[in-house]
Amino acid sequence: MGNDATLAHAHGAHEHHEGHHDHPKQHFLTKYIFSQDHKMIGKQYLVTGIIWAVIGALFSVFFRLQLGFPESSFPIMEQFLGHWAKGGKLTPEFYYALVTMHGTILVFFVLTAGLSGTFSNFLIPLQIGARDMASPFMNMLSYWFFFVSSVIMFVSLFVQTGPAAGGWTTYPPLSALKEASLGSGLGMDLWLISMVLFVVSQLLGGLNYITTILNMRTNGMKMTRMPLTIWSFFFTAILGVLSFPVLVSGVVLLIFDRHMGTSFYLSEIFIGGKALSHIGGSAILYQHLFWFLGHPEVYIVMLPGMGMASEILSTHSRKPIFGYLAMIISLIGITSLALVVWAHHMFVSGMSPFLGSVFVLLTLLIAIPSAIKVFNWLTTIWRGSIRFTVPMMFAIGFVSIFISGGLTGIWLGNSALDIHLHDTYFVIAHFHLVMGVSAFFGMFAGVYHWFPKMFGRFMNNTLGYIHFFITFIGAYLIFWPMHYAGLAGMPRRYYDYSAWVSYKDYQPMNAFITVVVVITFFAQLLFVFNFFVSMFRGRKVTSQNPWKATTLEWTTPVHPEHGNWEGPIPEVHRWPYDYKDDGHGNDFIPQNVPLRPGEEEH
Amino acid sequence: MSGLILTALVILVFIIIYQIAKASEYANIIRGEEVVAKSTNKLMAVLLVVVFILGLYGIYKCHQYLAPLGLPESASVQGLEYEKMLHVTLIITGAVFLATQAVLFWFSYKYQARDDKKPYFYSHNNKLEVIWTTIPALTLMVLVAIGLKNWVTITGKAPEGALKVQVMGKQFNWVIRYAGKDGVFGKTNFRLINDANNILGLDWNDPASKDDIIVENGEAHIINNKDVQFIINSRDVIHDVGLPHFRMKMDAVPGITTTMWFTPRKTTAEMKQLTGNKDFVYEITCDQMCGKGHYSMRGTVVVETEKEFNTWLAEQKPYYDLQHPAEAAPATAVKEGTETPAPAAAQDTTKTVASK
Repeated sequence: MGNDATLAHAHGAHEHHEGHHDHPKQHFLTKYIFSQDHKMIGKQYLVTGIIWAVIGALFSVFFRLQLGFPESSFPIMEQFLGHWAKGGKLTPEFYYALVTMHGTILVFFVLTAGLSGTFSNFLIPLQIGARDMASPFMNMLSYWFFFVSSVIMFVSLFVQTGPAAGGWTTYPPLSALKEASLGSGLGMDLWLISMVLFVVSQLLGGLNYITTILNMRTNGMKMTRMPLTIWSFFFTAILGVLSFPVLVSGVVLLIFDRHMGTSFYLSEIFIGGKALSHIGGSAILYQHLFWFLGHPEVYIVMLPGMGMASEILSTHSRKPIFGYLAMIISLIGITSLALVVWAHHMFVSGMSPFLGSVFVLLTLLIAIPSAIKVFNWLTTIWRGSIRFTVPMMFAIGFVSIFISGGLTGIWLGNSALDIHLHDTYFVIAHFHLVMGVSAFFGMFAGVYHWFPKMFGRFMNNTLGYIHFFITFIGAYLIFWPMHYAGLAGMPRRYYDYSAWVSYKDYQPMNAFITVVVVITFFAQLLFVFNFFVSMFRGRKVTSQNPWKATTLEWTTPVHPEHGNWEGPIPEVHRWPYDYKDDGHGNDFIPQNVPLRPGEEEH
Repeated sequence: MSGLILTALVILVFIIIYQIAKASEYANIIRGEEVVAKSTNKLMAVLLVVVFILGLYGIYKCHQYLAPLGLPESASVQGLEYEKMLHVTLIITGAVFLATQAVLFWFSYKYQARDDKKPYFYSHNNKLEVIWTTIPALTLMVLVAIGLKNWVTITGKAPEGALKVQVMGKQFNWVIRYAGKDGVFGKTNFRLINDANNILGLDWNDPASKDDIIVENGEAHIINNKDVQFIINSRDVIHDVGLPHFRMKMDAVPGITTTMWFTPRKTTAEMKQLTGNKDFVYEITCDQMCGKGHYSMRGTVVVETEKEFNTWLAEQKPYYDLQHPAEAAPATAVKEGTETPAPAAAQDTTKTVASK
């Protein structure tokens, strides 16, 4: 194996780290704040992600209140939003700011940084048998760039003209011209700067994940013995590294157009009572640059959940994942196709119909690997011995919602259907289910599953079950009806539908959805509460391997120090899903247990 | 203050819930974790099935409430194809949806942990993988084929003799233009735009512009059973001409001219009858977020018989005449045109498209 050389090298590096354990207690600052321990950085990402998720979700509650009850006023909103909701009535300007921030925060800060930031950091070294990332320092920088980017985005919420309000896609000219919208003032500049820093953070993180996975696997951890979580983090990182820089290019050109008089995206515009001097640019160019990241981005959001769901479904069914190799191949398929389908977001932008046809074909192809994954998950639980732990509930919920949201992708990816459904509630229902809720379910499953490893305590089960059922039922109640509104062509991002003959009858539906949103929001707060209280008061983990799982993270002590293993790093002798009789009454064989005489590998 | 009290209340409720949950966990430990785990496991398996069945009922209920609010049958010939395609797609994805969800919840229930059953070590089966790769692939190819056939028709060249209507988006309304008697759209130049007297930036030096008719209230009149081509652009930011009843949509992009054509098949009057709604009106939605007034950017389409259309058109005065009621008007206009800076550099995309 060509791996040997790198492994030997990696081990040399490990030896160097061994000394760590003899050090006296670390200073608070280096242990909790400027930590270079991948586990602590993972937790930092998670906590930051949770804070952002609460803000992002709260914003959705605010704009749902407007949509559900456009005639009423909610004094509580004025408390939060000040003059943007005078008398408890949201202004249209701020409605659009909230929609924009909700999308930006959840897609980038929660489901990218909070999800793959948390679990790639936390799990990659633990599951491949490494003491830390390839570059712990870069890893720390990655978090702090994210932090600075977060602070800038947060500050933008408080500027006089409000935060960016052109949608999370921030299409120019709307986002380029301050005459076009209040949110295209200072708020937009802060948004753009924040995004650039965010991409820096993602690249530092992503390169680190890739390097670590390729070079720092322990002895015997062949690529084909890596858990599917690691495979999914690997491809997530590759997608990020290949596509995020393109977003930066798009964003930088937008900054030029805004402040330096260039015309990359602007041409023949009359706004604010005067004709602008810009000629020759193309607003569509930005859309290409944006969606070249924007589409892979949804897989950056999806893949970690897929990986974790695979792991959790297998562990809690006490059965190997079905079709391990097929799972990897489908991940490869999704990753490569993800890079060549971006223009399906632009079918009605006036693009060349021929080009559109190519994107239809490629887009629908991506349904094949997704279907394979679903069938493999179903076969994984078939004839299993399912333990309905909280993470398992969320993993099952993940599969259910992934199916529901994924199938409507076949509708939208087919351009002839997309013409009518484009930018309607159908799209909202589709992507919220498939990349919003199901990614969240993957994340929740991961948090409940690895919480014992993170904090040496369990989260409260009862609250976990309550959280699951409210969220699961809530998600369907919120998004299922939206399909109907979308089929009727009801446009998204409307502040008020009462003036529309075709859509004013959907008012009761909107009110119903808003009520469910509020309930579901409180269930999420319950989760947050459970999370933080259990961190300090949760039931203690007594055994090293509470779920009886096979992967390496469960061979570390309950409270692993920086460096993860006290002794030498365990060697790996088998694939990660050996859920079978070990001959001593256990129904699983950890990866570090050598093959028995005469036993054939997987 | 009330916000503070509310927050405190929420936290209090959470603390209480947490304490109860924690107490129940302690009680479990006393009762024996194993036993509890078993009964919880059974309960969860049952609950999942209950949720599934309730879900099916919910889908039925949802359909009952919302299906009647849906759109009437397509008002365009092209939309009929869309509807057929939608049904095929719905049947295929619907079947897959029901089958996979049913299997998911059924397996979850059936294979809950039991003392007398051991899990079956089943790691892979290449034959199965091949089957469930090929079948979806073939099915998808069918959908792609249907889709592309429709896509090519819809995005193809508009038939000869189609009525040409320009739709221009601006924050936050639609402006409609007809070519007038000569059938040719006059040149426009965005630098000539003036909200007071030249809303589209028509170049009065071009004789073809003098008879152009502009409808400022965003009401487009089109002829039933006659192809119509919309020539779409925008003055400021990106908008989108959405015609839900015709199952049509196209972006309006500043600096770029886009087009869309279709064949209406129901007049507004017929649609009023069909839906039993005397207020029925074809609406133009803006489907691309365009700023704070996005939600109010409403236009309408009136589909009428050729005769009604001609009568209506004859009543419309050319925009030029409306803006220049005095006899001396032409002279002023020419002067205005020359005063505007750099008309030579201007582009006249509209004219090119219109005369194609």
